[in-house]
Amino acid sequence: MGILSTSRMKSPWLLHFDCGSCNGCDIEILAALTPLYDIERFGIVNMGNPKHADVLLVTGPANHRNYRVLRNLYQQMRDPKGVIVVGTCGCTGGVFHNCPNVLGGIDKVIPVDVYVPGCAARPEAIIDAVVLALGKLKAYGK
Amino acid sequence: MARTVIPFGPQHPVLPEPIQLKLELEDETVVGVMPIIGYIHRGIEKAAELNDFRQNVFICERICGICSFIHALTYCEGAEAMTSVEVPPRARFLRVFWSELSRTHSHLLWLGLLADSMGFESLFMQIWRAREMILDISEMTAGHRIIQSTCIIGGVRRDIDKEMAKEVDKRLLAFKEMLDSTIAPVLLRDPTIKRRAVGKGMLSKEQAELLGAVGPTSRGSGVAIDIRQTGYAAYKEVGFEPVVETAGDSYARTLVRAREVYQCVELMRKALSMMPEGEILVRVDGYPEGEAMSRTEQPRGELIYYFRGNGTNNLERLKIRTPTFANIPTLLVMLPGCEMADVPVITLSIDPCIACTER
Repeated sequence: MGILSTSRMKSPWLLHFDCGSCNGCDIEILAALTPLYDIERFGIVNMGNPKHADVLLVTGPANHRNYRVLRNLYQQMRDPKGVIVVGTCGCTGGVFHNCPNVLGGIDKVIPVDVYVPGCAARPEAIIDAVVLALGKLKAYGK
Repeated sequence: MARTVIPFGPQHPVLPEPIQLKLELEDETVVGVMPIIGYIHRGIEKAAELNDFRQNVFICERICGICSFIHALTYCEGAEAMTSVEVPPRARFLRVFWSELSRTHSHLLWLGLLADSMGFESLFMQIWRAREMILDISEMTAGHRIIQSTCIIGGVRRDIDKEMAKEVDKRLLAFKEMLDSTIAPVLLRDPTIKRRAVGKGMLSKEQAELLGAVGPTSRGSGVAIDIRQTGYAAYKEVGFEPVVETAGDSYARTLVRAREVYQCVELMRKALSMMPEGEILVRVDGYPEGEAMSRTEQPRGELIYYFRGNGTNNLERLKIRTPTFANIPTLLVMLPGCEMADVPVITLSIDPCIACTER
């Protein structure tokens, strides 16, 4: 493995986008970054810039207004990239399945690698999902 | 100097949620601001007309994950008024307990985000460490860290027995000790926080009243309005005095929330000790008919639900007015004249909850 793919594996950077969730999963993602779960010890850092990020964490269902923003963010990320959907509503629409403005799961807009069900998903599950997404990035380096 | 327009959001590291502010700048000073919302509109009000009125509790809970219990409580209060159900006293005290639990975790979350927006990373981490103690209590009593999902029409779904109440009390005292030793001294004395918050984002009492600000935003400007004074659930028995600060800047709003955390701990301990024995849930017969309004105090301010039923299983209309919707206009007074670097702190100081606002 070259230095780029090694560092990508050792320190993946995350981008978080709230697509229309209730905040429950968003605050669990933040909780995963703070002292009790502390994913920064594995080198995982939350980033604001899509061009620096390796893994996109999306919460909530896609809707008619934000799917363009979501697609835009996805296209701005450099390859290789992984997409994780956090929360039941982002996986399938969940409790919001019959809301008039909801398109459904995130996979209707962009390709998704890992699904994390749960309402709200627990921080342990989110950490596990990031590790699974790294598997995909690893395969790209070979 | 020509004016520059800088878009702030919808995806921005300071805000966990998508809101867009179009900032008009002259050099480094903000002269105009235009908030653009609608990125996470789901159409929950419409979905509430399509669902069974008993199922609506669960979708109302997911309007906002941070204050989910209070949304469920407001919905249940209104639905109980329409179906003429009398909630057992023990359930009313348990509702106060869980309301204050979500308020505590919401305020701590906000204090942490404020520290983060100032670049005060270590304080952010400390506050979120303390918050985990509250989430542990939530998990112990309700079975979930964030969405308690204990409130249903006619009462509550889970009871807190004596042993658990004792354990909760012990943990609350430990939590208060941690606040006293690590967080309160920093919030009260640290010069970094004072320099970024004192005198920034001014909102006078007159402006707060004129713009219809609610919650800590108005209480930070000296307007003593808190819906808990009306004594819904068991607040009348538990007793309540609103926390008020008069300075009207970002720092005053921070202090209101910090003092409210202490108040919440007291209210929770009181509710648990005063809780009478008895039933926690009564059967609900009948369907919602006529009109009803219910008002509660969310961590961010006053929450209003309006109901109209026609005697069937479905509601004819459910209208929700959330506190952030009332507070966003105050940004138009606070932001002009400030520096670009202060925009995140001032925007956060009203504690915007976009998930509530757009539903």
